[in-house]
Amino acid sequence: MTFSMTFVWAFVIGGGICVIGQLLMDLTKLTPAHVMTVLVCSGALLDGLGLYEPLIKFAGAGATVPITSFGNALVHGAMAEAEQHGIVGLITGIFEVTSAGISAAIVFSFFAALLFRPKG
Amino acid sequence: MKQGVKSQEEYQKRAKQHVPKRPVVSNSIRAFLVGGLICEMGQFLQQVFITYFGFNEKNAGNPTVAVLIFLAVLLTGLGVYDRIGQWSGAGSAVPVTGFANSMSSAAIEHRSEGLVLGVGGQMFKLAGPVIVFGTVAAFVIALVKHLFHLAS
Repeated sequence: MTFSMTFVWAFVIGGGICVIGQLLMDLTKLTPAHVMTVLVCSGALLDGLGLYEPLIKFAGAGATVPITSFGNALVHGAMAEAEQHGIVGLITGIFEVTSAGISAAIVFSFFAALLFRPKG
Repeated sequence: MKQGVKSQEEYQKRAKQHVPKRPVVSNSIRAFLVGGLICEMGQFLQQVFITYFGFNEKNAGNPTVAVLIFLAVLLTGLGVYDRIGQWSGAGSAVPVTGFANSMSSAAIEHRSEGLVLGVGGQMFKLAGPVIVFGTVAAFVIALVKHLFHLAS
């Protein structure tokens, strides 16, 4: 039962976060880059307040796939490492969790630039 | 003079009628559908990694994100992702796939300027702000939280 409900909430919450981004673009004068920046910082802030983890438990990929989870993961990595190694951990741990995403994006994008020509 | 003011007002009114209205509602619906669908794919992939590849709830996110990014970069190279983006707006920009799209499209676009200055130098043109502000915000928030933990 919980299995199937997560699939529903993943769609609803994930889509909902995208709608927030769309409304910020349409109703304010923010550029897409500004909107993404706002969303990442919001994710970090929500995790600081302890609210993002419950959202992930509730909506699964609906909370982990949008860019807000990047901010959440940065705070999480820093906090986890700081608990073990003290204040230096804030710096060493910050990319611990997001390594997969950033490394994958850099490596794949590099090879894409070798393989593909610009379209349109 | 009076007529001038009146016709100016009238002009403004007329001009306003012809300014294209931003279709806020239909934009939001599109963003919701495409964004929701991408997250649904993520949820599905995560379930596959948990069920068939021995990952658990905690670490299944990494391969899921990597696969989503791979697909996004592939679709960007084929010119498909940007066409989806024109229709869906934030729906394809806000998920992590949009982050990958911004990096790969910049890399492909600037390939002609060389591997180092073009691909290497321009890849983070759009993704850079997200990483910089995300990192600084995360550092400050984690620092405050850590100091609270120490104090209590």
